[in-house]
Amino acid sequence: MRIVIAEDLALLRDGLVRIFQAYGFDVLEAVDNGPSLVRSLLTYQPDIAVVDVRLPPTFTDEGLRAAIDVREQLPGLPVMVLSQYVEQLYARELMSDRAGAVGYLLKDRVSDVGHFIDSVRRVAAGGTVMDPDVVAALMTHRASDLPLQALTPREREVLSLMAEGRSNAAIAARMFVTEKAVSKHSNNIFTKLGLEQSEEDNRRVLAVLAYLEG
Amino acid sequence: MSTGITRPAPSRRDRIGLRFVLLGQSLILTFASVLGLALCCLWITAVLVVGAGIGIPVALALTVLVRWLADRHREWATNRLGEPIARPYRPIPAGNWWTRLWAILRDPASWRDWLWLGINSVISAFTVGMSFLLFLGGLFYLIYPFLFWVTPPTVFRTPFGPQFELHSVRQSLVMLPLGPIFFTVWYGSAAGLANLNARVMRSLLAPTEQVQLRARVEELTSSRAETVDTQASELRRIERDLHDGAQARLASLGMSLGLAEQLLTDDPQAARRLLAEARESTTSALVELRDLVRGIHPPVLADRGLDGALQALALVNPVPTSVVIHLSGRLPAPVESAAYFAVAEALTNAIKHAEANRILITLECVEEAGGLLSILVSDDGRGGASIDAGTGLRGVARRLAAFDGTLVVDSPLGGPTEVRMTLPCELS
Repeated sequence: MRIVIAEDLALLRDGLVRIFQAYGFDVLEAVDNGPSLVRSLLTYQPDIAVVDVRLPPTFTDEGLRAAIDVREQLPGLPVMVLSQYVEQLYARELMSDRAGAVGYLLKDRVSDVGHFIDSVRRVAAGGTVMDPDVVAALMTHRASDLPLQALTPREREVLSLMAEGRSNAAIAARMFVTEKAVSKHSNNIFTKLGLEQSEEDNRRVLAVLAYLEG
Repeated sequence: MSTGITRPAPSRRDRIGLRFVLLGQSLILTFASVLGLALCCLWITAVLVVGAGIGIPVALALTVLVRWLADRHREWATNRLGEPIARPYRPIPAGNWWTRLWAILRDPASWRDWLWLGINSVISAFTVGMSFLLFLGGLFYLIYPFLFWVTPPTVFRTPFGPQFELHSVRQSLVMLPLGPIFFTVWYGSAAGLANLNARVMRSLLAPTEQVQLRARVEELTSSRAETVDTQASELRRIERDLHDGAQARLASLGMSLGLAEQLLTDDPQAARRLLAEARESTTSALVELRDLVRGIHPPVLADRGLDGALQALALVNPVPTSVVIHLSGRLPAPVESAAYFAVAEALTNAIKHAEANRILITLECVEEAGGLLSILVSDDGRGGASIDAGTGLRGVARRLAAFDGTLVVDSPLGGPTEVRMTLPCELS
């Protein structure tokens, strides 16, 4: 799998490169600033980009903006955004093009290497992976909001696990139910959120987006 | 206070109305100036006979009266000139009558008041007094023939001395054109003369630069002391958090790793357990550091400015919160940070105590007076909030004071609550 990495701290950049190489990724380039990232993504069109939110030259949300900008030119280019902190606002912006293939994780999650690589692969395959912190914040704060009000607590749990990017099998294992039950729950979710007329992957993205938008 | 706002040109009717309002005011002001002169003389007498005992209470009573009179004049001049004229007096200490009188006598503003009473009695005569006379003159010449007719033949014969004698009512008609001339002069000069009088009042009744500076220094001294205190305790908190949190975690991390290194060959199972623990440790340390950083300067504030940071804050708020922001640029970083934490604290307050269903945050920068950021956090909760009720809002008021900002809470029991804050700002 071909990958481009953007991270300005040399220590972390080298660490990421080492991890991805150890798992057999083909690291095309590891850049340390926003403009180089845009150039690199447009040149290589990698299978996945792993991007730090805060990058030079502005040291603000340069990486996030670069990722969103590039996805306007290359719709659906898989991007995994890493950050020292997560903001629901940013999660929403990342997902707002409804193309899926985005991830948004705390840098802490990298330390669970196996799970992290798994998440990156899922994003590369078009999935959506939101950090449990984003999801947990939604769970406590927005549970009373429409249209999620219509969901049962069980369905809400399925939806939040879906937002973390888990497959039906993983959700089933986590909730100690059968995969069939999960699939029934998720179909109910899609129906209640009015997402009936599209393919499974896309519906999952839209469901998570509805979740983020409260 | 209407400085900086361009008003539409007043209609003819407004302008005439204004002249007549000024006419009435000039009559009152002229009388007041005479009263002022009398007060001035009385006061000097009272001070001269202070030794006689009765002088002190009389002088104090007169001071109260003079200050009241001066305040009314300040109000009038403020209206006329469109800029506030502050009271310059030092606070009068509690104590016996003699201490109070002594404090009043030592206050330069008192002496300026007396000076103003004296000068005003002359200036008023030549400004508002003259304005009133001009009007009377216009009226007088308009009805001159009538006066000529009704009065005994000797009274209105020689309006300009013995060389110019009028012999009949018909001849007295030549005086008529003087009426409109006087009216025109009155109409044209009324506002100017009133403003001139107001300017004299401002120069004598407004605080002198020295008094203003003294007040400013006192204000800055106290706000600086509070700022230093707050900052010192913030630093202590950060030090404690680092010491007990991230630092301790890193130390234990080092220990776990060291031990794992030892055990790697002999007991790989235990080593693996220790490594997993070490990883847990890094995660907890990162969580603690993240919370700490948020408390110092939220990253989203650095990324997106006040607008984005408040949107992000509203988004994760358990109570539905709307944010309305009218800003045309980025604010200076210290102002952004102060405004952010002020809003965050007001929000926390609303969530904790108000049992609100909706919260509204409004933020706008008023361009006048060198830029003033005005922030309103309102909720539909049960009210009863006050600066003195908890430490939260008091702390915000202190923080804002360091920037010459203000905080006002309007929260009747039963709600709704409005927390209004202002901060001087310059948009970049």
